[in-house]
Amino acid sequence: MSSIESRIRAFLGEHFQAPADLGAGESLLDTGIIDSIGVLTLVNWLEETFGFVIDDEDVLPENLDGIGNLVAFVQRKLDGPAARN
Amino acid sequence: MRYERFLHDSARLYPKHTALVCAGQRLTYAELSGHARRFAHVLVHGIGMQPGERCLLYLENRAEAASGVFGTLMAGGVFSVINPATRAGKLAYMLNDCQAGVLVTQASLLEQAREAVAQAPGVRRVVVVDAPPEALRERELHWETALAAAEPLPETPRGIDIDLAMLVYTSGSTGRPKGVMMTHRNMVHVATSVTTYLETRQDDIVLSVLPLAFDYGLYQLLMCVMKGATLVLEKSFAFPQKVLPLLARERVTVFPLVPTMAALIMQLRNFDPAWAAGVRTLTNTAAALPPAHIRRLRELFPNARLYSMYGVTESKRCTYLPPEELDRRPDSVGIAIPDTEVWVADDEGRPLPPGQVGELVVRGGHVMQGYWNDPEATARALRPGRYPWEKVLFTGDLFRMDEDGFLYFVARRDDIIKTRGEKVSPKEVENVLYALPGVREAAVVGVPDDVLGRRLKAIVALEADCTLSAREIIAHCAAHLEDFMVPRQVEFRAALPKTATGKIRRAALQAEAEGRGMPPDGG
Repeated sequence: MSSIESRIRAFLGEHFQAPADLGAGESLLDTGIIDSIGVLTLVNWLEETFGFVIDDEDVLPENLDGIGNLVAFVQRKLDGPAARN
Repeated sequence: MRYERFLHDSARLYPKHTALVCAGQRLTYAELSGHARRFAHVLVHGIGMQPGERCLLYLENRAEAASGVFGTLMAGGVFSVINPATRAGKLAYMLNDCQAGVLVTQASLLEQAREAVAQAPGVRRVVVVDAPPEALRERELHWETALAAAEPLPETPRGIDIDLAMLVYTSGSTGRPKGVMMTHRNMVHVATSVTTYLETRQDDIVLSVLPLAFDYGLYQLLMCVMKGATLVLEKSFAFPQKVLPLLARERVTVFPLVPTMAALIMQLRNFDPAWAAGVRTLTNTAAALPPAHIRRLRELFPNARLYSMYGVTESKRCTYLPPEELDRRPDSVGIAIPDTEVWVADDEGRPLPPGQVGELVVRGGHVMQGYWNDPEATARALRPGRYPWEKVLFTGDLFRMDEDGFLYFVARRDDIIKTRGEKVSPKEVENVLYALPGVREAAVVGVPDDVLGRRLKAIVALEADCTLSAREIIAHCAAHLEDFMVPRQVEFRAALPKTATGKIRRAALQAEAEGRGMPPDGG
């Protein structure tokens, strides 16, 4: 497991009681793990933890809803030009 | 007039007009009416629904929920929409409380539904949407197959307008949900009143993300059908970026809000003015909007009139502030809705002069018939009115009125906490906490929060040898309660403050959470 994934899993477990064996492709919303306020909390935590800014346009289920989507999104953001500034 | 009449009429007048847009699916009025009439046929001829029998709709916001509401009414039954976040234990309680004969649910909720039905012997049939037919068991009926085989039920009404039409379950201070009873006539009255002051039109397009189990969400559907307007129905506002572009794409004219949604909109950095351009009506209820949010919403939606409103489930809506008054009295919830009366009352129910605080009393055709199966709670809420045959509603909310007759919410009379626009009974959460071995004392309070209104906090004292963590306590709550009822925070104390008679002083803890200091004594 990548360190990005383990940090995300630890956060979701600590703040939203996500089960440790949650599938990477499972929706956090449909499983009731997070709600609209949870999305805000998650966005703030990602920005603080990984040091990038998440634009409104990026706050979408394909980026944030599910551990697999989150890991890929964080990886893209860290590889992108914004993080190197 | 019975409420299903509006769907028959809209299907006749505007058969090709879009009634519902939901998850990429578009239904015309002819189609929505067809689905509802086929479901009604299944209820009457397939299941043998009796007049007045209860049908619970445990569904997400989706087209089948709309067909379920109107189909049940066409079949002469009584519907209740149940929030999909509801857990099996509470669902079983509601099924038994109203002795429901039919439950409609969907594949993703089937596990919870089965667990609940196993404890509810009165349920004769469970109708399941979008499940593979072979996965279904005895007494379970496949929605798509059953409807495909059914004829549309004839339009002949199967009852009259004073028949019960729906139950709306609401949190009570006792911790048990109570079923608010509404007749067809109640619903027609309030829908007529609200569409009058909102000036709802047939060409309106309403975008609703509010759950249909919440009466504010349900009435978006009911009022659209009454007017032949279009409802764009979404499941949630968790991703505003997914929902807000729909305002432009679907040319939405009416956008109902709760304060939490407004708070999420405030957080956006790149709000596109094109989204808001066509919106002519914004509404808010459930709790007051902070003045700063009102200002910002009016900047973001420059073509919209913003209505601040107030209501209780027991009469659906009580007051609204005419938009032209918003600048003068931004913190007022206005005046009685058309064809109803409200007043600030003393303990005997008599009107108080301006400036004095008293309980808001409501009179009109929208007032409920009572709580299902709960004559004591009904007698507390509905009391004798002006005429021998009528009852007026004591809302349990404290208000004051200004010199011009405009009303201001002051506080709840009981200890219900409003969080995310939902009513939470601290008792209901405390009951769940006490069910956890090791919890000796528990109290739940609402901590002021800019986004949530109130954030739930559990204050807990454990047995001496108990090592429960905050996380375990929250996880236990999450397994037994809807998400909005789950405390976000747990504070441990050696003991909780109590009255001389040993009752936990929740009011004192609540005052402390609000930074008001501890009142000397009391509940």
